[in-house]
Amino acid sequence: MAYEVELRNIDKHYGDFKASDHVNFGVNRGRLIGLLGPSGSGKTTILRMIAGLERPDSGDILIDGQRVNNLAPGKRGIGFVFQNYALFRHMTVRENIAFGLKVQKEGKQKIRSRVDELTHLIGLDKFADRYPMQLSVGQRQRVAFARALAPSPRLLLLDEPFAAIDAKVRKELRGWLRETIHKLGITSIFVTHDQDEAVEVADDIIITNKGRVEQTGTPAEIYQLPRTPFVADFIGESVHVPDYTVFKGFEAGEDGAHPGIIRPEFVEIGLNDKEIAMPLAAEHGIVRATYFRGSSVEAHVEVKGQILKAGRSLEKPPLQEGAEVRVLIHRILSFGDGKAETVENKSKRKESVVI
Amino acid sequence: MGSSGKVIPGFHFTMGITFFYLSLIFLLPLVAFVFFASGMGWEKFIDKAFEYRIVHGYWMSFSCALAAAVINSFFGLLLAWILVRYDFPGKRIMDGLIDLPFALPTAVAGIALTTLYVETGWMGQFLYALGIPSAFSAVGITIALVFVGIPFVTRSVQPVLKDLEPEIEEAAAILGAGKWLTFRKVIFPELVAPLLTGFALAFARGIGEYGSVVFIAGNTPFETEIAPLLIMTELEQFDYQAAAAIAIVMLVLSFLILLSINGYQRYRIRKQGV
Amino acid sequence: MAVSVTRNRFLSADFEAKQQRTSVSSEIFVKWLLIFLGAAFLFVMLILPLVLVGFEALAKGWDAYLAALTEPFARKAFLLTAEATVIAVLLNVVFGLASAWLLTKFDFRGKAVLGSLIDLPFAISPVVAGLFFIMLFGRMSPIYQTLQDLHVAVVFAVPGIILATVFVTFPFITRELVPVMEAQGRSEEEAAATMGAGGWTIFRRVTLPNIKWGLIYGIILCTARAMGEFGAVSVVSGHIRGKTNTLPLHIEILYNEYNFTAAFAVASILVFLAILILVLRNLVEWKLERKSERSGNHGL
Repeated sequence: MAYEVELRNIDKHYGDFKASDHVNFGVNRGRLIGLLGPSGSGKTTILRMIAGLERPDSGDILIDGQRVNNLAPGKRGIGFVFQNYALFRHMTVRENIAFGLKVQKEGKQKIRSRVDELTHLIGLDKFADRYPMQLSVGQRQRVAFARALAPSPRLLLLDEPFAAIDAKVRKELRGWLRETIHKLGITSIFVTHDQDEAVEVADDIIITNKGRVEQTGTPAEIYQLPRTPFVADFIGESVHVPDYTVFKGFEAGEDGAHPGIIRPEFVEIGLNDKEIAMPLAAEHGIVRATYFRGSSVEAHVEVKGQILKAGRSLEKPPLQEGAEVRVLIHRILSFGDGKAETVENKSKRKESVVI
Repeated sequence: MGSSGKVIPGFHFTMGITFFYLSLIFLLPLVAFVFFASGMGWEKFIDKAFEYRIVHGYWMSFSCALAAAVINSFFGLLLAWILVRYDFPGKRIMDGLIDLPFALPTAVAGIALTTLYVETGWMGQFLYALGIPSAFSAVGITIALVFVGIPFVTRSVQPVLKDLEPEIEEAAAILGAGKWLTFRKVIFPELVAPLLTGFALAFARGIGEYGSVVFIAGNTPFETEIAPLLIMTELEQFDYQAAAAIAIVMLVLSFLILLSINGYQRYRIRKQGV
Repeated sequence: MAVSVTRNRFLSADFEAKQQRTSVSSEIFVKWLLIFLGAAFLFVMLILPLVLVGFEALAKGWDAYLAALTEPFARKAFLLTAEATVIAVLLNVVFGLASAWLLTKFDFRGKAVLGSLIDLPFAISPVVAGLFFIMLFGRMSPIYQTLQDLHVAVVFAVPGIILATVFVTFPFITRELVPVMEAQGRSEEEAAATMGAGGWTIFRRVTLPNIKWGLIYGIILCTARAMGEFGAVSVVSGHIRGKTNTLPLHIEILYNEYNFTAAFAVASILVFLAILILVLRNLVEWKLERKSERSGNHGL
């Protein structure tokens, strides 16, 4: 099946700055894509080029198999939700949503029913005659969403849709947006710098860095199988170790550096042998600090001269600073030669064989 | 009254200076004026302030200032637009030049414009040939008032236009609107408030303007006399009451203009929360 | 709700490309048309009068020009204008600083009223402003006799001219300073005060460096208006040659005597000063912009 949206060899410079460097990807119909990367990684540029707000220096942008490089933004059949929403301040909610339909000279009757349908969809029927400044930030976002949807675009683009919303409402809106987009079945791409947001909302994630696409895949794939050091580092919480072969179960025959990343969820801490699943595979460590994280405790333990981070349930007995503990490292992400791969603890297997 | 305000010293000192100064320079003359004017009585006021010749003077001031403010609104908006949106050689100079009417003494503007627009003048020769009497007429008064009002609209619209988020135009473009439609429906409504402010300032200034107008007006009774000139005329004849009566009407007129614009802006804020 | 896309909105890409090219060229056309209109308007309304002043001033040659400038009445008028301008600017600097400090560093009842009171002269015709002073110090005033007995002349004398000039220019500096000081906030002054600094020290060491350019900007605007004021000064001056004539009034008299060359010669001095003021104004504005960019503060 042809892609709904496809970017082929896109390059884009701003002066000396390379915003897009041979960007290639395709998006299948009906998918909700998260375009994730640190600021300055070129993700918003990609979104704006798809919308036609920027022109690529070279390469092709295809929507539904048709090259749209020379098509004006208004002719591409896209909806765009801006980071600051860019609502028309002097128009009511109704007029904002109706704008795109009026521009296309739709009939009055049709405009009315479409606007009613959309205000209902976003749950703002009662606010239809208010002005944007009289709405909360979350409500404004929904209006921007409805306005973008009004002309029935085939593709919806959202630039940092949750950036302006405070933490509590953000959580709620994420769920709502994901659900609504799936209900409509519209192909959507949203830009974010927040990995939690990308993981929670998107069907697929595209990770960008320095104008390049680093990796594409489902949230689980990206999390579990990062293919580049950048992705391994960027996704999840990471502790770098210069040479992971010093730890029990990860010894390697050959010499040389073995840099790796150990995530808190790879590490298990036990006060004694009984508390830990496979004590023989575990290292000795000393608790250096503990931080209350609300739903768990984050412990920093020193193992072989290196500080590792690990989560610990509040249900378990608390850890004292300076206490000696058992530390089991389940796996490590290694990235020698610029490639990332997971290395499992070998002693775990030995132990299960023994038992 | 926040207690934080009292941490910084100088409250009584600056309050003292401000009030002393305001009283001496502003309030005292104002009170003297009100005191004198109120002594004249209602009937005399009506009699003096609404004599036919005087009423014609208000009308000249009002209508010419209105015409000039409308012309300045159009060109002010245009100038603000090209200065904010376009790049072209000489842009900085053009931007700086717009304030010339603030810096150039009005009397200089007055004699220069008159010389330009009389029948033999550089501009006048063309206009008179077209049948437009560009000096010693309402046209001439309007030209002078356009001159003094040029900066007001441009300077109020410019910062608002500059701060307009580019995203609202992009949003309109994505929704399929063309440039002209986007300007009419999306950009222009944002500029209405500053445009009105600039219009009101230019209008109010025009009604009270004297220096640049007296030369080009010709000052023919019942034809091209403006209200401020009539005050001068009454003063020269030592008819202080008549001068005060005209002044009262002018004060009321300019306050009404500024108040109505203020009221409209407030209404907008209340209605749209802008 | 199904998402439907009408096919006919997607015309062939080639056709669109052509359309876009024509829309780009029409945009360029509109751009230059608008620039031309704006430039033509400014040329006719602003440049032509300036050129004309220079042209008329030199119409009878350099000698006539210099003679008009060095003639005693012109020199007296120049001195009086300078005197009134300097005094008005000095007084207004004191008032502007005090009132801006009062309006931005403290909260008190009636603050809004005070703010609009200071703006009021902008809404008053200069001629009416002059009339105020006639009413206060003129023949019909209750204090006129007292002033006569003390041999103090205000109206139709230099003090009246200075007062009228001060009146029409007093909001300028306050108006420039208030937004600058508002954007600056109070925290720096409060910090200095809690460290025990006195009012004068705080002003000199903390506030003044921050508002320096705003103050200079206000002074420039104030100077421009003060040297050119015509209506208000005209009312109170009495037009006594060599005594109460400022430069603009002197120009009026020369012009009304059909002595055009002399009138424009004197006017050319004011044109020169006006251009100087514009250049200074732009330099200061540029400084202010750079300062606000450096501090990341766009609230000016």
